Amino acid sequence: MSAGVSGGGVIPARYTRVTVRAIRAGSLSARLDHVNISGTTREAADVASPLLSVSNLHKTYGSGPSAFEALKGLDLDIAEGESMAIIGKSGSGKSTLMHLLALLDRPTSGTITLDGTDTARLSAKQLNQTRNSAFGFVFQQFFLNAQASVLDNVTLPLKIAGVSRRERTARGMAALAQLELDDKAGNRANDLSGGQKQRVVIARALINRPRVIFADEPTGNLDTATGAVVEDILFDLNRRQGINLVVVTHDEDLAARCDRSVFIRDGLVAVPEGVAA
Amino acid sequence: MKAVDVVATAFRNSFRSRLRTSLTVLAIFIGAFTLSLTNGLGTGVNSYLDDTVASVGVEDVMTVTKVAEDVPTEGPAEYDPDQMEADGPPGATTVALSEDDIDTIADIEGVQSVQPVKQVATDYVQHDGGDKYQLSVSQFVPGMKAELASGRQVDLDADEPQLVLPESYLEPLELGSAQDAVGQTVRLAVTDGTGAQVTTEATIVGVAEPGVISGAGAIPNDVLTEALFDLQTTGASEAAATQYGQASVWFDAGAGTAEVQALQDRLDDAGYLGSTLEDQLGTFTAVIDGIVLVLNGFAVIALVAAGIGIVNTLFMAVQERTREVGLMKAMGLSSGRVFSLFSIEAVVIGLVGSALGVLGAIGAGQLVNSFSGTLLADLPGLTLVAFDPVTVATVVLAVMGIAFLAGTLPALRAARQDPISSLRYE
Repeated sequence: MSAGVSGGGVIPARYTRVTVRAIRAGSLSARLDHVNISGTTREAADVASPLLSVSNLHKTYGSGPSAFEALKGLDLDIAEGESMAIIGKSGSGKSTLMHLLALLDRPTSGTITLDGTDTARLSAKQLNQTRNSAFGFVFQQFFLNAQASVLDNVTLPLKIAGVSRRERTARGMAALAQLELDDKAGNRANDLSGGQKQRVVIARALINRPRVIFADEPTGNLDTATGAVVEDILFDLNRRQGINLVVVTHDEDLAARCDRSVFIRDGLVAVPEGVAA
Repeated sequence: MKAVDVVATAFRNSFRSRLRTSLTVLAIFIGAFTLSLTNGLGTGVNSYLDDTVASVGVEDVMTVTKVAEDVPTEGPAEYDPDQMEADGPPGATTVALSEDDIDTIADIEGVQSVQPVKQVATDYVQHDGGDKYQLSVSQFVPGMKAELASGRQVDLDADEPQLVLPESYLEPLELGSAQDAVGQTVRLAVTDGTGAQVTTEATIVGVAEPGVISGAGAIPNDVLTEALFDLQTTGASEAAATQYGQASVWFDAGAGTAEVQALQDRLDDAGYLGSTLEDQLGTFTAVIDGIVLVLNGFAVIALVAAGIGIVNTLFMAVQERTREVGLMKAMGLSSGRVFSLFSIEAVVIGLVGSALGVLGAIGAGQLVNSFSGTLLADLPGLTLVAFDPVTVATVVLAVMGIAFLAGTLPALRAARQDPISSLRYE
């Protein structure tokens, strides 16, 4: 990844799609392999209870006449090891859904069950611990501390979890090595290219060995080639380590790579559709 | 997040925006510097007074004189044959105390013991047949400590006549250095009741440094005072031999100010005036404390202004790090830890500012002291600006406290931030 492809300019949609297809054609065999494996995973997961289960989920912002109902009784199951895309227009409620799934917010009504536990019963401390240990976050805008070193950025979740400095460094270096960034550990996060930054973000999301990675437009700020590399990394993690992927995106091609796409329209699941099957 | 990581992170965060932090630290510095310097001034002057007090007398001794009755506030006073010259400004007189008076005072409730002050007027002091010099002899009270250049304080129980000689007499009397003088003998002369000059000898046990109140007088022990007083009163009338200018009264200093006041009232009722050292020096201390208090007030105003600077700095920091806080909360950092992060950052700013301020004040104090030595040569032994560790620590802790209070408002705002809206913040 050269410095030349850094930056996150807005690329016209048509151009993006063409380029992505061109790249995908090259790695078709790998993709097929991925589909097969995740297919088996799903079969196994269908037997067990879902990792995340949502029923009759309502979320209303504000109150009185200005109240806005973002989610209107949504039901959804996410199986263990599954990769799922949440697609929808702006204002459809897809971001709200992701925030609720990631336990960043509490629903107005309805239940979210994680591993058979009703999350409404968890205390604020337990919620914090769950987010810290079970979830990883990848955001469009990276959210890196520009002044701090790459290693410090990557080990932030471990620091929050109260892990000792020595173990933080060891695990941080391992995560960076996994993403081929170990030579950048001492650099300031600001000095990296866009693709490198997103890889740092993925390393940070991975560091706590999470069960689910929530990715909000993970490739939105990257050019097509870089974005494809980041996608490959995410799907590779899903395939090899069985980490669930929940991706919120506008990008239909990214959604197509997931095991399943969920279309959200007006606060409800519109047409549940298994893409991979 | 571990406490040590919270502190380390807060410490690093406080220097992320160097210029902004430096300016706030500067504001704190000015306040802490002023506060330390004014406190140092108070400490220096008051400890000088305390030293002086210790060389004049002790806390459980009261000087008692007889109140002159019917002293007109205007016009000349009527002659009183019992009147004699008093210690104090020239011309001040007091009514002499007789043996009866001493007995009366001893019977007053609260008086533990009373001892007449035997005033001795020496004519001259002489060493080894050399030149004769005038010398005044001070009254020595047990517990009193002269500031010594060498040797020791006089031994009250010694059988030998002893005295502590002021340093200024060493050269005229050809006694050599202060160390050499100790152990040597000087000859003291008094005029007895018949007008004849008689002499006695005393051993120098210590050499006193010049002080303000102890003045230029020599300090004798009881044996020497008795010897001189006996010589002086030989041949004098019985009345003159048993008349004293003042008496020292011992009382229970631990009984509290109210009890001491009650004793003074009882003495007053009996026609005597009792004054403690505090009465004599309290006015000085009160004035100095007052001045220091006013100066400290200004310094505290400066610190409060600096505290508002901290509020401002931290609000900016919270604003800047909105998304960072949102991210950390999303990753499971509790609101309590977010609060700690920002309030400790404020305390760090306070600590750096106050530590630099105190160090600066100590440096400035040294500078002032080196100048004041020449400017205030009339006050030997005065260290104008002195620092005691407790005051210094109090200043640093107080500033850290102010900084913590200033930090609570921004820290609360950061702690209450909602992770989702923080992450969306542009």
